[in-house]
Amino acid sequence: MATVTFDHSTRVYPGTERPAVDQLNLHIEDGEFLVLVGPSGCGKSTSLRMLAGLEDVNGGHIFIGERDVTDVQPKDRDIAMVFQNYALYPHMSVADNMGFALKIAGTPKAEIRQRVEEAAKILDLTEYLDRKPKALSGGQRQRVAMGRAIVRQPQVFLMDEPLSNLDAKLRVQTRTQIASLQRRLGVTTVYVTHDQTEALTMGDRIAVLNAGILQQVGTPREMYDKPSNVFVAGFIGSPAMNIGHFTVTDGKVSVGAADIPLERSIADKITEADAGKITLGFRPEALDVVGSGTAGAFDVEVNLVEELGSDAFVYGSLKSKVGAGDLGAGDSNQVIVRIDPRNVPAKGETISVAIQAGQTHAFSASTGERLS
Amino acid sequence: MTTQNLQITAAAPDPALLDLPWEVPLEDWPAEVLAALPRGISRHVVRFVRMSGRVIAIKEIGESVAYREYELLRQLRRLDVPSVVPVGVITGRRSPDGEHLEAVLVTEHLQFSLPYRALFSQALRPDTATRLIDALAVLLVRLHLAGFYWGDVSLSNTLFRRDADRFSAYLVDAETGDLHRALSPKQRAYDLDLARTNIIGELMDLAAGELLDEETDEISIGDALVSRYSELWNALTFAEAFQADERWRVAARIDQLNNLGFDVGELEITTDIDGTSVRIQPKVVDAGHHSRRLLRLTGLDVQENQARRMLNDLDSFRAASDRQGDEEEFVAHDWLRLVFEPTISAVPRDLRRKLEPAQLFHEILDHRWFVSEQARRDVPMVEATHSYVENVLRHRPDEKAILGLAPGESPIEGEDELGGQGAGDELFG
Repeated sequence: MATVTFDHSTRVYPGTERPAVDQLNLHIEDGEFLVLVGPSGCGKSTSLRMLAGLEDVNGGHIFIGERDVTDVQPKDRDIAMVFQNYALYPHMSVADNMGFALKIAGTPKAEIRQRVEEAAKILDLTEYLDRKPKALSGGQRQRVAMGRAIVRQPQVFLMDEPLSNLDAKLRVQTRTQIASLQRRLGVTTVYVTHDQTEALTMGDRIAVLNAGILQQVGTPREMYDKPSNVFVAGFIGSPAMNIGHFTVTDGKVSVGAADIPLERSIADKITEADAGKITLGFRPEALDVVGSGTAGAFDVEVNLVEELGSDAFVYGSLKSKVGAGDLGAGDSNQVIVRIDPRNVPAKGETISVAIQAGQTHAFSASTGERLS
Repeated sequence: MTTQNLQITAAAPDPALLDLPWEVPLEDWPAEVLAALPRGISRHVVRFVRMSGRVIAIKEIGESVAYREYELLRQLRRLDVPSVVPVGVITGRRSPDGEHLEAVLVTEHLQFSLPYRALFSQALRPDTATRLIDALAVLLVRLHLAGFYWGDVSLSNTLFRRDADRFSAYLVDAETGDLHRALSPKQRAYDLDLARTNIIGELMDLAAGELLDEETDEISIGDALVSRYSELWNALTFAEAFQADERWRVAARIDQLNNLGFDVGELEITTDIDGTSVRIQPKVVDAGHHSRRLLRLTGLDVQENQARRMLNDLDSFRAASDRQGDEEEFVAHDWLRLVFEPTISAVPRDLRRKLEPAQLFHEILDHRWFVSEQARRDVPMVEATHSYVENVLRHRPDEKAILGLAPGESPIEGEDELGGQGAGDELFG
C-alpha cells in the first residue's frame, strides 16, 4: 500500500513547445481511487504513463510512497497495469489463468495457490477456480483479468481507459465491479478516462486536466457543486452546464427581463480586464419552468426532448433576449433545461424558464476563474 | 422500425461490403456467409467472411477504438511494417428493432498465414518454437525502430508466414498500440517484458492442452525472445569506434547489417578533432534488403528469406552458365524465364495454390538437395519438381487460408482433434 505523489512532474515531447503535462502537483492518498479525466490530448494518459515509467519525466519527480521512482524501470515500480492483457487461455484452469505470471516469476506453488484463492474470494470466482474459462460469462472473464493484477499484490493499480473496448452493457457492469472491488481491496488506484460520467461514478476524487494543466482536484460532489473555473464547469456534468457572458451594470446582471444583483464579494472581484463582463453558468436542473410573463423568466423554443425515464431534458433555442449573446451548453448554442418527465412539452413549443435563486455560478470573464 | 444509417470508412470501399448482414450481431451471423470462426477465447467477437474472392476478418469493437486501430494499421502500412491490411470501419449499425450494434473493424485476411496454434498442432520440426520466436523478435525490432509501442505483444496477436526455412511474423492486433516519434529504452524494455510474459503464458496454455512437447521449457523460450531481440537491436543500433586507418570497418558494418536482412538508410559518421578515430552508428535501417534486391532484379515480390534463397539460386545459375561478366539484370531475367517460371508451372495447377510460389520454389530446391544426395547424382530441376509434387506436396494441407474452425464446429472441444487444417480445406478445396 502506498501514496502516489506527482511533484512538479513535467513531460515535454521532443519537437514540441507546449508540455504535454505541465508541472503536475498531485498527492494521492493510500488506498484512494483517483480518476484522471479530461478531453483527448489533455495529458491524462501521459500522466499515467509517467507514473508507470512508460514516459520520460523531463522535470520534477514522481514518488510511490517515500520512494522516488522517477528513474526506476517500469517493472521495478511495483505497479500493475490492470486489463493490459485480458486474453484468457482456453486450456488452463481459471486458477492458472490468474496465477501464471507468479509461476513465471518463480513464486512457490503453495503461495501462488494461496494468493489465487484469496483473490478468487474477493472476485466471487472461488467455485470456478478449477474450471476452464469457457465456463465463464463475459463479466466473470473480466474479473479473471482483474485477478491477474490482484495476485501480484502491487502497491498501485493503473487503469488506462479499461472500459473503452467493451460493449455498452459490459461497460456499465464492469464499471461498478471495478469501483466496489477497489474499495474492498483498498489498493491505491489511478484510473484514466475521457468520460466524466465514469469519473463521477467511480472516483473518490477526480482530477480534471486540460491542455497539460491540472484544473481542479476534488470529490465528485465538489467538482459538480463548486467548479473552480469555466473549463471544469463546462466539462463536469451531463448534460452540460449552460454558460454565457453577461454585462454587469451597477453591480447587477440582466438575465432576460430580470436583474440579478451580484453579491458584493463577487462584484468586488471583477477587474478592469473583465471589461464590465462576467461569465455566469447554471445547470439544467437550476432552471424552473414557469408561467409565461413571470418576472425574470426567458423563453426557450423546444428543439428536442431527451427522455431518460427518471428525468427529461429540453434542448432549446433562446427566444428572448437574456443579455448574453453566447449562452449555451457544451459546444452548442442550445440551452438545456431539466423538466418534469411526466409533463413534457412538444417539439416546437415555447416554454418560459427562470433560474432558481442562488443556483448561479460566477466566473471571471477574463481568466475564467471562479468568483463565488 | 429504425433503419440503419451505416457509415463506411475505407480507403477503397468494396461495394460487396454492403451485402453483408450488418443489422445482425456478428455473433449470430448465418453460417452461409462465414468462412470460419476464430479459435480460442477472444475478448471480441471475430468472424472470417468470404467477400469478392478473398477472406476478410471482422471484429466487433467500440467505435473510437475501431477508428484508432484502423488509423494505426494504415500508418504501419505506410511505415512498411509487416501487418494486416485494414479494409475499413463500419459504424451506425442497428438491428431491425432499433437496437444499437457495436462498430466493426474490417481487415483483410493475410493469405498463406498460419496462426501459432495451427503450427504447434501440426507435426512440425522440433525447433518450430525457436523459429517463431526469431520471427517475432525481428517483427518487434522493426516495430520499435518505427516508434511503435505494441502494448500486447503475443503469439496470438501475430500471424506467421513460411519464409523459406524460417517464418516471418505479421502484426494482427494493434488495439493497444501507440505510435511515437521514437521509443525510450524504458518503453522498449516494458514491451519486451510483456511479450515474454504473454508468450510463456501462451506456451503454458498449449502445454495444458497437451499440444506442446513435454520436453519444452516454456520459460526458456520466453527468455530466448528477450535475448534474440536484444542481439538484433544491438547489432542494428550500436555505435562503434575505431582508428581512422581501419575504414574498412564501415563497409564491414554495412555488410553485417545486409546479412541480417537490413539496409542502412542513414549512417552517422563522426570523427574526433584530430581525425585519428572514427565513430559510426546506423541511424536509419530498413528491413527487406534481399527482398528489395530480388524485386529490383526480377519483379518478384516475396519475403526476405525466400528472396535470400532465390538470390542464392540466381548466383548458382550465373556460375553454372558462366555469365559472371554479364549484367546482373540480364542474368536475372533469364533465370526467371528458364528456372523459376518453368519450375512453378511444372506443378499441377490444383496443387500449386497450397503454398505461395516462392515457398514452393524454396521447398523444391530443398527437395532437390535431398534427392540428389540420396541418388548420389545431381538431380535436374524437372525431375526434382516431379518427385516433390508426388512425394511431398500432394500430402500437404492447403495453407492458403487456414483460419480457425468451420462454422458449426465447437471452438474449444474440437480443438485438440482438429489439427492444423482449420477450415481452409473444406472451404477452399
